[in-house]
Amino acid sequence: MNFYNEMMDANDGVRAHYQGYDQWLKATPPERIARKRAEADLAFHRVGITFAVYGEEAGKERLIPFDIIPRIIPSAEWKALQSGLRQRVRALNMFLHDIYHDQEILKAGKIPAEQILNNAQYRPVMKGVDVPGGIYAHIAGVDIVRAGAGEFYVLEDNLRVPSGVSYMLEDRKMMMRLFPELFAKHKVAPVHHYPDMLLEKLRAVAPQGVSNPTVVVLTPGAYNSAYFEHTFLAQQMGVELVEGRDLFVKDEVVYMQTTQGPQRVDVIYRRIDDDYMDPKVFRAESTLGVPGILKAYQAGNVTLANAIGTGVADDKSIYPYVPDMIRFYLGEEPKLNNVPTYMCRKPDDLKYVLDHLPELVVKEVHGAGGYGMLVGPAASKEQIEHFRQLLIAKPDGYIGQPTLALSNCPTFVEEGIAPRHLDLRPFVLSSGKCVNMVPGGLTRVALTKGSLVVNSSQGGGTKDTWVLED
Amino acid sequence: MLSRTADHLFWMSRYIERAENLARLLDVTWQMSLVPQSLDAGNQNWNAIIALNSLEETYAKKYSEITAENVLRFMVSDADNFASIHSCLRMARENAHAVRGTITTEMWETLNATWLEAREKSFEQLLNAGISEFFEWVKMRSSLSRGTTLGTLLQDEAYHFIRLGTLLERADNTARILDVKYHVLRPHGDEGATDFYQWGALLRSVSAFEVYRKVYRDVITPERVAELLILRDDMPRSLHFCMNGVVKNLDLIANRHSGETQRQAGLLHAKLHYARVEDILEQGLHEWLTDFMDHIYMLGDGISKDFLVPMAEAA
Repeated sequence: MNFYNEMMDANDGVRAHYQGYDQWLKATPPERIARKRAEADLAFHRVGITFAVYGEEAGKERLIPFDIIPRIIPSAEWKALQSGLRQRVRALNMFLHDIYHDQEILKAGKIPAEQILNNAQYRPVMKGVDVPGGIYAHIAGVDIVRAGAGEFYVLEDNLRVPSGVSYMLEDRKMMMRLFPELFAKHKVAPVHHYPDMLLEKLRAVAPQGVSNPTVVVLTPGAYNSAYFEHTFLAQQMGVELVEGRDLFVKDEVVYMQTTQGPQRVDVIYRRIDDDYMDPKVFRAESTLGVPGILKAYQAGNVTLANAIGTGVADDKSIYPYVPDMIRFYLGEEPKLNNVPTYMCRKPDDLKYVLDHLPELVVKEVHGAGGYGMLVGPAASKEQIEHFRQLLIAKPDGYIGQPTLALSNCPTFVEEGIAPRHLDLRPFVLSSGKCVNMVPGGLTRVALTKGSLVVNSSQGGGTKDTWVLED
Repeated sequence: MLSRTADHLFWMSRYIERAENLARLLDVTWQMSLVPQSLDAGNQNWNAIIALNSLEETYAKKYSEITAENVLRFMVSDADNFASIHSCLRMARENAHAVRGTITTEMWETLNATWLEAREKSFEQLLNAGISEFFEWVKMRSSLSRGTTLGTLLQDEAYHFIRLGTLLERADNTARILDVKYHVLRPHGDEGATDFYQWGALLRSVSAFEVYRKVYRDVITPERVAELLILRDDMPRSLHFCMNGVVKNLDLIANRHSGETQRQAGLLHAKLHYARVEDILEQGLHEWLTDFMDHIYMLGDGISKDFLVPMAEAA
């Protein structure tokens, strides 16, 4: 397979937007690079920018490897991406509002009703509930990959509790600290205003009549894999980081327990899944959530970001319909490509997938984090057979997609600098009519040679992402 | 401030202070054991450390006899002993981790690095390198932690809860050290010749040896040691000094439930403020200190109920 290289063109020439970096890299002694890389490792460790890996010893923390070769995006490319992202997230929010209200898109027959209404992520408790500004996915992490001759594709929309933005910010901070001279030479669009932008969005969706809202970040606790990020965002926004046990509901109003007595809470940026939010409504055994919070939410006394029930729009079985949503709600043609997707619940598609397993990527409809997926070309015979059985047993639980020739970028690995595959997760923020994002996003890179899975839980690393200004 | 946040801050500072005082106590006991003394007296000193922390049962499960090495191992490196230095440093770090967004980066990095380094040290390594060196290290790390707090943290509620934890813990620990050592040194309260080295070591354990010289310019007497550690309000490890700070910080965080706790603190403070060492010794130092430690415990309890883990007002 031929891969698009972010830095080099087909004739091994350095692409225009990488030339400055390339010259710097060639002129910098390898010892200095090695020293700086070690310095970065040490700093990340001391600061404790770590994540916990599920399945490993409880409380054990690992560093996400950081690569010092940035992923650079020229201004024009970013502008096109940004406009496509705005369009897509706007349509997704309209879709969510629609399916919890009049369900026009189902009536129009654009999506089979049972696909939505029988979806485990569809939350009937949200029917008829009006949320401020009609926004459901205030924070969306849209995974973008580049394939073929360099076209961008949306791989998935993360509309529940997308994470990774703290790495985007810390990676930039680290690059500026290690190599300030690079930033003097390049006009790199800044990203560090993300927390301010987020706070502004969260304040904008406060319940009606609240002029100076109290915003909090709700975390599952110190053992969650993204705990660093939760503390980071709360600190950067200057708001309280709370756990479920710090909150209580009285007369459909949410309060937090403070040293000066109960204090009303208006907006909750929650990093807990729907299922764990309210033991009175969802999983009864959950100790992470707040009993009664759903009632307060339905009464409009508190805003949750993201809203309850967004999972139905980022489910992999719904993903193939997003281009239709854009056409239906906005009357526009989609600006970003969807990856062609075989829906295994359709007999024809299932047959095709089963016949072509060694070439395809198969994903669990509700899966996330790179768990529960098959990458055909990289899989053993046993793994393929295992998935074949899974597919036959539960076809509607899976989708199939062609294996994309993900673009790659030069990356420091043990044997020196070698190309590794990567993706991009921009963080798209919405409130009312406004959809904003900071330039770039989080670039994740698969450090294992040939691997197409970039998730940190699967040994992926990150790179600083530069959008160059004109 | 969130009650839980205040709770973590309070305990973060208590645990680091506890680790420091434990290092001080163990160090002085170790130093004392190097001065010629009867085997009996030596064992009594080590035994006192276990008794001081009410750890007799836990200790007996692991060790059959009291020896210097056993007690040191148990109190320094034993992860199963929740009162060991190892455990205190871990708890300080865990509490800091839970509020790392509230404390400054420097504070977090200090406590995190302390724990990461402590975790790497096996007891054998510590012994080989000289155990006193480790105790010095613990004291320095605690000082560093206090220093970064003072030098970087906004002096708001968070700071007051941290100070409250530090001072309450220190008051308790100084009282304990004095109680135990005083009675090992003067079992019958007689007026016999006092052992300069032993009293000197006790003073050193609370960094008071040089202070004593400066204040009294005279030989060491048990009465003056008691006076210095209990009543001097300018001696940073004395009970009076600690209670001054407790009262002040409590006033700064007061809420509508905390009146009774403030009154109790004021009462205890007044007892120190207007006390004379002759009266304390006449009452019996052990009785007096026991009563003091009970009140410190009750204060901690009151603070907890008023601020840190209030009864949920949920419907």
